[in-house]
Amino acid sequence: MRLTFREVMLGVRRSPLLSTLSVVTIAFSLFAFGLFGLLVLNVDRALRGVEEHVEIVAFLADGTLPEAVSAAMGDISAFPEVALVQQVSPEQALARARAELPEFQDVFDASFLPPSIEVRLKEGHRDPVSVKDVTQRIQTYPFVDDVRYGEDWVKKLYDIRNIAGAAGIALGLLFAAVAVIIIGTTIRMTVLARSREISIMRLVGATDGFVRRPFLVDGFLKGLVGGLLALLLTWGASSVISHNLIQTSFFDPGIATLGVIGGGIIGLLGSALSVGRHLRRV
Amino acid sequence: MIRFSHVVKEYPRTGLALQDVTFRVNKGEFAFLTGPSGAGKSTILRLVIVEETPTAGEVRVSGSLTSSLPRKEIPRLRRKIGVVFQDFRLLEDRTAEENVAFALEVTGAPRDAISARVSRLLTQVGLASKGTSYPKELSGGEQQRVAIARALVNDPVLLVADEPTGNLDDRATRGVFQLLRDINAAGPAVLMATHNLELVKRTDYRVIEVNRGQLVFDSAEGNGAGVVSTSTPT
Ligand SMILES: Nc1ncnc2c1ncn2[C@@H]1O[C@H](COP(=O)(O)OP(=O)(O)O)[C@@H](O)[C@H]1O
Ligand SMILES: [Mg+2]
Repeated sequence: MRLTFREVMLGVRRSPLLSTLSVVTIAFSLFAFGLFGLLVLNVDRALRGVEEHVEIVAFLADGTLPEAVSAAMGDISAFPEVALVQQVSPEQALARARAELPEFQDVFDASFLPPSIEVRLKEGHRDPVSVKDVTQRIQTYPFVDDVRYGEDWVKKLYDIRNIAGAAGIALGLLFAAVAVIIIGTTIRMTVLARSREISIMRLVGATDGFVRRPFLVDGFLKGLVGGLLALLLTWGASSVISHNLIQTSFFDPGIATLGVIGGGIIGLLGSALSVGRHLRRV
Repeated sequence: MIRFSHVVKEYPRTGLALQDVTFRVNKGEFAFLTGPSGAGKSTILRLVIVEETPTAGEVRVSGSLTSSLPRKEIPRLRRKIGVVFQDFRLLEDRTAEENVAFALEVTGAPRDAISARVSRLLTQVGLASKGTSYPKELSGGEQQRVAIARALVNDPVLLVADEPTGNLDDRATRGVFQLLRDINAAGPAVLMATHNLELVKRTDYRVIEVNRGQLVFDSAEGNGAGVVSTSTPT
């Protein structure tokens, strides 16, 4: 191990530029994952808050028989997605409107408001697809006039989240690929610079694993440093946004640690992919 | 110890380097490998240390058939063989001690055992006082002694030397040769490639001579097509 670390330090001293570049690209890779990950995390939190209020409201046609309504409510509450179904009379609707909306303060006659059914969905079924699906099923009742839900902006939030997630993964993978290539180049140069030493190692009976080990440790350590750097960058970005735009939440320590280890794995992978190939040429 | 049977070695670009070479070197034996430059001496030694495998025929070293030795078994075999070259192959940025220790570190020897062993080996090759010198602070003869000490770290059963005195003056040559004889006397077989005929004639050690990739004389067989003294050193 002592020998391994000496070799690693020697490698960094021999090619400081490439070593730095390796670390920085790994950091960028994870920073991309991190930033978009944060976005997804925060949008998800926001959505969860929003989703709790996701309600489907079905307005009923005038003169609908109460028996038909309660039969329909029984049906609907049996949908697997549905958590709660309740009937709202025009009076209740007005009371609620008066409490929430100032322009209803002076309205006392509830008769212009149609009676309605409110449907609340279970957690895990509050995504746009489920909402739409349930809505369509409710719409099939002949006495249902109109169904409303917060369709547009919920969907928009979902879209943002999915696009951000995909962009983050794509950008992160791109940087990871670049990091792997740069690490490969570093290794090629190191192997060349040290070909004499490596051939002597072999001559005196070093195993392939032993010859390879410093390169793998080197890649892993660079990856870890890159990961830490990315964590720092992401955290910085997150707190800048929190201070200046909106309150955001950060990854919990477990995820952050996983991200740093992920950096180590990118580094290790980069080394493992190229070290065997280059060593064989010495 | 070493057994070549009908060995052919062909290099991709330069063609046949060895043709139908058969000989054996026994345990504890000292054998010279002679012949003009380009005859195939180094190729034979590279086959012994499994840097190359034969194109045809068989090479057995310490019981292992090199051509069917799994790659991961090669290091184990190499540890039984000490190797010395004309150009010493020391690491310039490490002291004599560190160069010797390097060979032990590489085989994963326990750290506390290393320094004692290194100083014992340096004493054995007569360099007890030069342990902290760098290769460029040492004479050629001294550098070769460091290389020999390094070759001995794993108690080899065989020492392979490719023109070990090729870069040395007469005095250093005699010293290094005497060292190799002493080592051989203590146990390991020695196969030494050289075209220093003075050295060869001074002893009655086994002589194997190659020329143009063919074995032309073996003093153990007495079937010489050529005589040692007719070889032309280059
Ligand atoms: N690595 C190699 N690749 C191609 N040809 C080689 C190689 N090593 C040696 N040869 C060729 O093999 C022949 C024998 O070389 P070598 O074994 O080095 O002879 P010696 O050590 O007796 O001088 C020469 O013709 C040389 O050109
Ligand atoms: Mg040679």
